[in-house]
Amino acid sequence: MLKYVAKRIGLAIVTIWAVATITFFLMNMVPGGPFLSEKAISPQATAALEAKYGLDKPLFQQYLTYIMDALHGDFGDSLKQRGRTVMDIILMKFPVSARLGGVSVLVSLLIGIPLGCIAALKRGKFLDSLISVVATCGIAVPSFVICTVLLYFLGVNLQLLPTMGLTSWKHYIMPVMALSFYPTAYIMRLMRSSMLDVLGQDYMRTARAKGLSGGVILFKHALRNAVLPVVTYVGPMLAYTVTGSFVVEKIFTIPGLGGEFIKAINGRDYTLIMGTTIFLATLIIIMNVVVDIVYKIVDPRIKLK
Amino acid sequence: MKKRVLALVLTAAMILGLTACGGSEGTASTEDGTTAEATTEENGDAAESTEVAASTGEKILSVQVGPDPETIDPALNSAVDGGNMLLHAFECLLAVDQDGKLIPGQAESWETSEDGLTWTFHLRDGLKWSDGSDLTANDFVYSWKRVCDPMVAAPYAETVLSMVAGYEEAIAGDLDALQVAATDDQTLVVTLNAPCSYFGSLAAFATLSPVQQATVEANGDAWATAAETYISNGPFYVSEWVPGSHILMSKNPYYWNADAIKLDGIKWNLIEDANAAYSAYQTGEVLMIKDVPTEEIPSLTGSSEFYVDPIIGTYYLSLNIDREPFNDAKVRKALSLAIDREYVAGTLMQGTYTAASNLMGPGWIDTDGSQFMDNANGGQPYIDTTNFEANLEEAKQLLAEAGYPDGEGFPTITYSTNDAGYHKVVAEYLQQAWAELGIDLQVDIVEWASFTPMRRNGDFDAARNGWVGDYSDPSNMLDLFYSTNGNNDGKFNNAEYDAAMDVSRTTLDAAERSEALHKAEDILMEEAGCIPVAYYNDFWLQSEKITGSWHSPYGYWYFMYADIAE
Repeated sequence: MLKYVAKRIGLAIVTIWAVATITFFLMNMVPGGPFLSEKAISPQATAALEAKYGLDKPLFQQYLTYIMDALHGDFGDSLKQRGRTVMDIILMKFPVSARLGGVSVLVSLLIGIPLGCIAALKRGKFLDSLISVVATCGIAVPSFVICTVLLYFLGVNLQLLPTMGLTSWKHYIMPVMALSFYPTAYIMRLMRSSMLDVLGQDYMRTARAKGLSGGVILFKHALRNAVLPVVTYVGPMLAYTVTGSFVVEKIFTIPGLGGEFIKAINGRDYTLIMGTTIFLATLIIIMNVVVDIVYKIVDPRIKLK
Repeated sequence: MKKRVLALVLTAAMILGLTACGGSEGTASTEDGTTAEATTEENGDAAESTEVAASTGEKILSVQVGPDPETIDPALNSAVDGGNMLLHAFECLLAVDQDGKLIPGQAESWETSEDGLTWTFHLRDGLKWSDGSDLTANDFVYSWKRVCDPMVAAPYAETVLSMVAGYEEAIAGDLDALQVAATDDQTLVVTLNAPCSYFGSLAAFATLSPVQQATVEANGDAWATAAETYISNGPFYVSEWVPGSHILMSKNPYYWNADAIKLDGIKWNLIEDANAAYSAYQTGEVLMIKDVPTEEIPSLTGSSEFYVDPIIGTYYLSLNIDREPFNDAKVRKALSLAIDREYVAGTLMQGTYTAASNLMGPGWIDTDGSQFMDNANGGQPYIDTTNFEANLEEAKQLLAEAGYPDGEGFPTITYSTNDAGYHKVVAEYLQQAWAELGIDLQVDIVEWASFTPMRRNGDFDAARNGWVGDYSDPSNMLDLFYSTNGNNDGKFNNAEYDAAMDVSRTTLDAAERSEALHKAEDILMEEAGCIPVAYYNDFWLQSEKITGSWHSPYGYWYFMYADIAE
């Protein structure tokens, strides 16, 4: 196990380096730059800015400098949000997105798993069909539609919930609904099909034949095996959700990290593009390692190599 | 058996359901824990947030003028939303009143020497920073030199200080070469290398706001990113800044005119999405929004809460004069006259723009203080936007004279634009309008960050362009078409034009300067150096509860003297 984890971490570092390198050269290939605006800045000012941030150096040298600094934990200053470092921005915005995303993932698991089980146990019945319809809607309807509908009815028309910010539990309701709708639907479907698969297995019949109670069968034998695909899905999903959603954050004016990804790219804020990309890549890799370990716990037969 | 399974599953679901509730409650309590002072049950309810302010007896005006500003460092800002905040947090030597006239700001009086080269500003008695310490003329000296510092790399340094003696040396790193001196604590003397009749406007320009040396030196660029270190000298100071959420400004008790300030604070809601802003306005969370969703405009037009007010700026098209057939003034003029500007501004742009008959629209001030536009072309519009039929006929004739009767032999041309606001609609309209001349137009939509360098490098046939003035002197926009100007995207190059602009820069005689500026515009319009389409307006929603605020042609809202009616 330890050896496995060590190996995975080694691989993770190589992967992150590769992601960083590809991103660095790709973003520099795209036309445009961080110091452009509708009004041309004077050539002296542009030159001074480029000198200040080292953008006047040859690209490969910039790359080496960046990697060396990053290895020392210095991800540089944002080129657009003057006076803030990339680390400042991530540390300031990530907790907001993480709280919102964490709650959303929790909600989707707590709703998706039981409903998926019910659908499987009630296969072909009305309840199953109803859950299927809801699940299909959840997958088909994009989050900005959900956001807008919620905002219009609950926020503006009925004025039940606040429309912007994230300062009290009430502020969480609409964004969490918008963020968790898709994963809930996805988990329901995953859970349903894998539960159906498990329920048809021989060992389930054996368990029943042994006279075990329904509860033991369901929780000890069926659920534990059926939940594996969900675990696989939840790992990366968690990484994406806690790093924030551009759409949901924009519509509900939530100061999260999601918007920074898009703003950084649109503004060619090179250091912030690098910082957010490396951050997301790291998180996804960590989540994948965690998923593998959880696998091992849930199903001890799985060998980690 | 089946029933037992069902019962168990349902129980399980219920238990899970309960834990779900528990879970969200748990997070709610951690949320309360982390932001305990800001979060109470009451202000959690958005509808009541204004009442909370009322219950503590504070009058906080909640507005939206844009998303998170990239910076609110006066030296670094180049955006209008940042400018709006600077206007309330800082005060320059001079200020601009409701009628666009220069009035005393931190300086109570000022005078210019006869040769126009020396400007002397006399500061008010007892000026203070928002932290209560004294503000002197030396603070201005420091701040202005800082604007020139290549390590600061202020985008507006050239615009606001290039006429000050020693600027070239200062921008190269020798800051002390800049001829700005404090002869005593209350007197600031500025020496120019050439007369600049509009230097007073620059002295009121946010880039030249004073910043506190000790704070800036202790914190570097980061001084302007946190409320604690953001020391200012204007009617308000920043008391809280949650990036991506809001900036809260509180009344500055040390401001010299604090008695005239009725609000206890201004909350700038940093809403990015126009629909979100509109929702917040409808619920009453925000009393003024700048970002109104364009699809709501037809239903808002005529409402007493919907305002449309001109700003000094023009939406225009650049034609690449280095390329054929745009090197022919007749072709350029034909393309210009074939545009029905009333239709574009009134219908396509939903009346949020105004049809442009020239480049220099309303708000630009002539040397005698009158509207520059009223004196242009002998008081006649250059292009009669109300008579499109005649314009189109003339366009067809001009194109024939240029050797392309009915567009025969005219190459297929491309119009490049980014996709924002009405740009795409205008592009589609141009396709249709120029087809009337027999011209085949292709539209190329380019992502914003790529579009700017492409246009600047002259990599286009025709391109969308626009300019919003920084100050109301006409040279601010006419300079764009000077042959060597960095913003001369169409590469307009006319010796007579350059000569007229040169005269306007050096002369001390107001009438001569005015004449030169008008001559420049005459040439530009005659040669169709660019194609003005529409004048910019600001359009916004503002509750009738707000009293005593005004909007300026620079795109600024003045809320400092505003009040909220109950």
